[in-house]
Amino acid sequence: MILYTVIEKTNILIFPSSQKGDFTMANVKTRRGILFYLKRDWQLYLLLLFPITAVIIFKYIPLSGLVIAFKDYDVIKGFANSKWIGFDIFKEIFRMKGFYRVLRNTLVLNLLDLIVGFPAPIILAILLNEVKNATFKKISQTILYLPHFISWVIIGGIMYQLLSTRSGMLNSLLNKLGKESIPFLTERYHWVVTYVLVGVWQTMGWGTIIYLAAISGINHEYYEAATVDGAKRLAKIIYITIPCIRPTIVTLLILNLGRIMGSNFERVYSMGNPIVMEFSDVISTFVYNVGLKSYRYNVATAVGMFQSVVGFILVIIADRVAKRIGESGLI
Amino acid sequence: MMNLSKVTDKLADIFIYTIITLASLACLIPFLHVAVLSVSSNQAVISRKVFLWPVGFNLDAYITVFKDPSMIRSLFLTVVITILFTALGMFLTICSAYPLTRKRLKGRHALTVIFLLTMYFSAGIIPDYLLVYNLKLINTIWSLIFPLAFSAYNMIILKSYIENTIPDSLEESAFLDGCSDIGILIKIILPLCKPVLATLCLFYAVGRWNAFQDALYYITKQNLYPLQLKLNMLVNAAQDTQSISQEINITTMLAPEVIKAACIMFATLPIVIVYPFLQKYFVKGIMIGAVKG
Repeated sequence: MILYTVIEKTNILIFPSSQKGDFTMANVKTRRGILFYLKRDWQLYLLLLFPITAVIIFKYIPLSGLVIAFKDYDVIKGFANSKWIGFDIFKEIFRMKGFYRVLRNTLVLNLLDLIVGFPAPIILAILLNEVKNATFKKISQTILYLPHFISWVIIGGIMYQLLSTRSGMLNSLLNKLGKESIPFLTERYHWVVTYVLVGVWQTMGWGTIIYLAAISGINHEYYEAATVDGAKRLAKIIYITIPCIRPTIVTLLILNLGRIMGSNFERVYSMGNPIVMEFSDVISTFVYNVGLKSYRYNVATAVGMFQSVVGFILVIIADRVAKRIGESGLI
Repeated sequence: MMNLSKVTDKLADIFIYTIITLASLACLIPFLHVAVLSVSSNQAVISRKVFLWPVGFNLDAYITVFKDPSMIRSLFLTVVITILFTALGMFLTICSAYPLTRKRLKGRHALTVIFLLTMYFSAGIIPDYLLVYNLKLINTIWSLIFPLAFSAYNMIILKSYIENTIPDSLEESAFLDGCSDIGILIKIILPLCKPVLATLCLFYAVGRWNAFQDALYYITKQNLYPLQLKLNMLVNAAQDTQSISQEINITTMLAPEVIKAACIMFATLPIVIVYPFLQKYFVKGIMIGAVKG
């Protein structure tokens, strides 16, 4: 339910003055049976039947597949006939060295993403908002949004063309200047930096949209009053723009913190390579390799389950923390 | 004093425009470089002379790619999958969002929660895989269409849009005129939602076009590879000249970098061509929802 309120909050942020209107019919307070409503609103229920069926089959039924994390799963025997083995698989996972490696990588990569990547769209949005030339603004926005629309496979391919030590454009330029090649993608520490920066590159432009929307929702009278008081541009940014978009920032921060246990499979898969495995192997790639490549379904399921449960708990904690901060006052 | 503030203002402007220009260039140059590589000559690419301007312009790599029937089949397959996926996704989104905006609907809250929870819970790769396997959808295009067709996030966007921009009085009067719920949806709600519907279509289509994770899990037959997966195999798996030439059946000797660049452009161009036209629509859709209350 807490999560539900997060969503509602986001909606209120995006749609500031949601009006609560109602059909007068619904306000008539009389007790009636379910059949009455089914008959009256049968068309609505009919429409809902399709998405409900889809959701039950493809989102809820797979949850029952989680039992294989507690079973000695055998494809031939099926779910029901496999033997229960309790928490044995979890015990095995917690003894696995590889598990701690992927856990560390997932957390470190996501944390770096958050630290470097989260402020980027905020700064960019504030800068874009200061641009007065409409044509320049439009063109730069179009270009800045572009990477968001490109798949990770393509980004991975492009980055290898740009950054490889042998033939990449950047290293060719460096060599021309008489410098050594930099192993952007083939040395672990360099790879981590490249991975994070490419993430910033891909998301910063698109991320500005929500902040620009929030900024455009700020009452202009604030700025006018500040101008009258003699406030400079920077002062207006610090004392009006940022405080006004603070709720948006906090909400997005919560949502991002909740994803700290998640892992972007496509991104890691397209940018990783065997040389940097030690740092690039994250939970989702681990699940893929153990489960779908080595057919150890129960181990992979258990690891995935661990990831979702911890991730879910993190969202709730983040939400609580944000609420507490929100109550204790503004900047 | 007045003058000084004008000077600092000008300096601030220069700073802002420079930063944004640099950021835009950073977004543009990688694409430009690959585009230029794909139309340059072998020798120039191998001797690392190509940066942002083609050297020895030719279209051999594209001819090679277009002559490869497996590439064209992948493209066609991806187009079909994207269209079907978008159509189904939109249908499910409309069918869920519209009834949930009717305040008189019994069980509205519980139903909303059922949809929203799907954003937070995921059974994970293996249970999803086993479901698709049990439904006998492995190695069919339907494995790339059904599982992801419903998006709670998109449902919220449409639902909020309807709630916030369409006055209840409009539907009320249609209702009093004897219009049924589905009639109201088709005749009143949908035409008024055009901008947001366009946005959602784009969300679904671009998402499907670009995704390859599920294809990697569910599609093992080469002749069913969608474009992104095919590209992944080309770019990732084939790092050496030998295998990439075999993969794409080339008889002419072309540098693998050039072929790779052409393949990347082949998969990127459809998006890049369509994107500037839709982008306007798309951001507008989000902005309308954001600004209007």
